[in-house]
Amino acid sequence: MPSLGADMEAGTLVEWLVRPGDAVARGDVIAVVETQKGAIEIEVFETGTVHDLTARIGATLPVGTPMAVILAEGEAPQETVPAKPQKEPPVEPPGNPPEQPAAGQPAEPSAEPAPGEPASPRQPPPEPGTPVAVPRMLRASPAARVRARELGVDLATIRGSGPGGAIVLDDVGARRRAAPPAPTLRPALPRTPMDEMRRAIAAAMTRAKQTIPHFYLSHTMDAQPAIDFLAARNADRTPADRILLGALFLRAVSLAASRVQSVNGHYKDGAFHPAKVVNPGVAVALRGGGLVAPALMDGAALSIDETMAGMRDLVSRARAGRLKASEMTEGTITVSALGENGPEAMTGVIFPPQVALVGIGAPQRRPWLVGEEVMPRSTITVTLSADHRASDGRQAARFLTEFETLIQDPESL
Amino acid sequence: MTPAEIRTIYLEELTRVAPDIDAASVGDHDHLQDDLELDSMDILNIVTALHERTGVNIPEVDYPRIATVALAVDYLAAAMSGA
Repeated sequence: MPSLGADMEAGTLVEWLVRPGDAVARGDVIAVVETQKGAIEIEVFETGTVHDLTARIGATLPVGTPMAVILAEGEAPQETVPAKPQKEPPVEPPGNPPEQPAAGQPAEPSAEPAPGEPASPRQPPPEPGTPVAVPRMLRASPAARVRARELGVDLATIRGSGPGGAIVLDDVGARRRAAPPAPTLRPALPRTPMDEMRRAIAAAMTRAKQTIPHFYLSHTMDAQPAIDFLAARNADRTPADRILLGALFLRAVSLAASRVQSVNGHYKDGAFHPAKVVNPGVAVALRGGGLVAPALMDGAALSIDETMAGMRDLVSRARAGRLKASEMTEGTITVSALGENGPEAMTGVIFPPQVALVGIGAPQRRPWLVGEEVMPRSTITVTLSADHRASDGRQAARFLTEFETLIQDPESL
Repeated sequence: MTPAEIRTIYLEELTRVAPDIDAASVGDHDHLQDDLELDSMDILNIVTALHERTGVNIPEVDYPRIATVALAVDYLAAAMSGA
């Protein structure tokens, strides 16, 4: 069970996408795991052949628990006696006894085993009486997942009417009306998936505030050239090809971060490790509450159109609950933009193990000096939250200057 | 396309973008951003879908004219009739 963020303690296996005997390559999506942040697609970190799937569908497993045995080419399964379980996974569903992996090379797709954070699963076991096997691809909106869990309805038994057969809120409601009442064995005040997400956010942000010596630099700048550039560019394009201001900002962050190494990377094991590429995390607010910040891979290598397409894809998959594990763990800097209407500035909390977060306020019409003339212009305030273990004010200032220079000349993006 | 058909399409695309919204509870004058809390990406996705289904290439300056069911029905009906 990989760690999908510093705050994750355990995950529930929802679905295997491979079977014993299947060949897998590093990066293939092999399973879907339900976490506090919704369903995440798990990629394999080994290349080889699936020998055994030791984790059972429906099992809630602490981070670090082996889930499958994958054999490298030419490797024979070891027939040695399996290690004695140190501790029974305490939250196995009834009828699914925990199994230790037999032998061979345990598939550990773990990006980070979260040292120092003992896995202590606290999630309740699935309701007795609900089937745990999930026989087909499960696509469901976060709202539908929340509702289904509240109602004790198994998503696998619902036919989805959304895009690609995704289960949407209405489908759960319809099922609810048709289904007999679910057994009620839950505690009086159960935690909903939304509670779990809030807990996950709180855990990550508390850790950030307690361990990262944050400092902040803000700069207000003229966004009119960028806004005018997009208006002209989008005017003769169909909606499918239009670009949002947010994508322009994301592109500018990718380029600026590629020029200022000390804001781009991870702080781990007592040292800052600059990243070779910029994978900007895009903070996406989920409808109904909560947020996730999946990463756009190698943002500096993407054109503005590719950046927009990538952002559109990330937002839609974040809302549909279909993000990949790598997108949850490989971000190197996070961008949180307040959109095109709203407050003028935000000072954000860094998402560990990253070392910087860029908060971009909504554009505001303001009197602004252009040369010696006061003119009405749309301005934005950009705030960099940075980690003093990785950078100082000078580098942070350079980042903001690079960003400003880029958005003053939007053709360069 | 009749106003009722446009309305149906609009609500279908709205609930596709925001599956937690119950189409039956959307008022004629509920504003996409102010009342239904859609963001700019949601709006763009709705505009893209409306373009695909009605053929109306809604320019950005006209986004305020599709911001509620009532506004959108009038706007799209006029655009489709070639007005």
